[in-house]
Amino acid sequence: MSTVSLNQYNPTKGSRILSVGAFRPNRLVGNEELAGPIDSSDEWIQQRTGIVTRQRAEADISLYDMALGAGKQAIDRAGIKASDLDAIVVSTVTFPYPTGSAAALIAGELDITVPAYDISAACAGYCYGVAQADALVRSGMADKVLVIGAEKLSDFVDPTDRSISFLLGDGAGAVVLGAADEPGISKSNWGSKGQEWDMIRMTRSNLDMRDIIEEVERTGDATAITEPGSQGGIWPTLRQEGPSVFRWAVWEMAKVAKQTLADAGVEPEDLAAFIPHQANMRIIDEFAKQLKLPEHVAIGRDIADAGNTSAASIPMAMHRLLEERPELSGGLALQIGFGAGLVYGAQVVRLP
Amino acid sequence: MANKEDILAGLAEIVNEETGLETEEVQLDKNFTDDLDIDSISMMTIVVNAEEKFDVKIPDEEVKNLKTVQDAVDFIANAS
Repeated sequence: MSTVSLNQYNPTKGSRILSVGAFRPNRLVGNEELAGPIDSSDEWIQQRTGIVTRQRAEADISLYDMALGAGKQAIDRAGIKASDLDAIVVSTVTFPYPTGSAAALIAGELDITVPAYDISAACAGYCYGVAQADALVRSGMADKVLVIGAEKLSDFVDPTDRSISFLLGDGAGAVVLGAADEPGISKSNWGSKGQEWDMIRMTRSNLDMRDIIEEVERTGDATAITEPGSQGGIWPTLRQEGPSVFRWAVWEMAKVAKQTLADAGVEPEDLAAFIPHQANMRIIDEFAKQLKLPEHVAIGRDIADAGNTSAASIPMAMHRLLEERPELSGGLALQIGFGAGLVYGAQVVRLP
Repeated sequence: MANKEDILAGLAEIVNEETGLETEEVQLDKNFTDDLDIDSISMMTIVVNAEEKFDVKIPDEEVKNLKTVQDAVDFIANAS
């Protein structure tokens, strides 16, 4: 038997966010544009969601374009070159190809050959990505990791859906994580509740869609696509049980957030910012109330004119907070994502 | 089992805190949606606060059956 001791990576003490980038599509979609098909109004939508407009991408702007734009900005702002990266993690649920990954495509465009992969953790995806990047860096497997949260949710909305479609926007946010002498990312508090897999879901699977297409091709009868119960046509779109999601997102996630602070050894008074997933302003408001945050804590409220952008929402909100209030740089932020799965993830991070 | 009058009074306080409605307006025959103009999100907040106040469990699937104040008072009385 060989007695050779296998070489290992040399762990480093900490990691931190070095920079944040964002890509915001420039088509503003107001409530009036969406109110008709859901028999609603600007007032109804604002009152229930706090959303005034949402940013959506034109047809010729892809998820890949947005992810690449945010990623490049994060690389530039970190003062590094793409060739300095050791891994790319993209969180998305709207890249239209199950395989190959958006991350590999981005690595190719950046002309680097690092490990690159996508993760599917919906609105918790960015926090999942940060958890992984933190582990990669602290284990010594990587010195710098690009984490991107990107979504083109407007490709998966049904204009007649009153549960979630009118909340959704498009965009991308990205951070570069790098090794640091002092920890700049706390323990990640992440998990799942698969018992509620259906609470936020697609109307059908790709295989269901294939079956409908085959049925239509075989019979020449296209009513299967449009008949009642087809939920807006053949194309899979998103749905949610809004009130149940609200309950979970506020009261269950408030417990996760409090535990995250406790695990990090941080009191609410120590925070400079609270950056929750931008799901709905009512969730953000009630969440902040449950956490009893001191007044000085800045709260990410990007949703009012960006909409809910799933995995992109936290880095986009962080980017905006730092643009509007640069004095927050260097302070501690509690970030928490939660969504379809159900899945959640949270950390306290030092802002770049 | 909690006294239904006490439950009504406690529920009225919770509704007042969430919506600003006067407690006297929260009467047994009122429908949460049609009469008190409480939307599904506010209703969930009221439910969670009622759970805490009366130490009961009100599952999500039960919430849609609580159409009137009477429904809520009866459910809480039976569950507590």
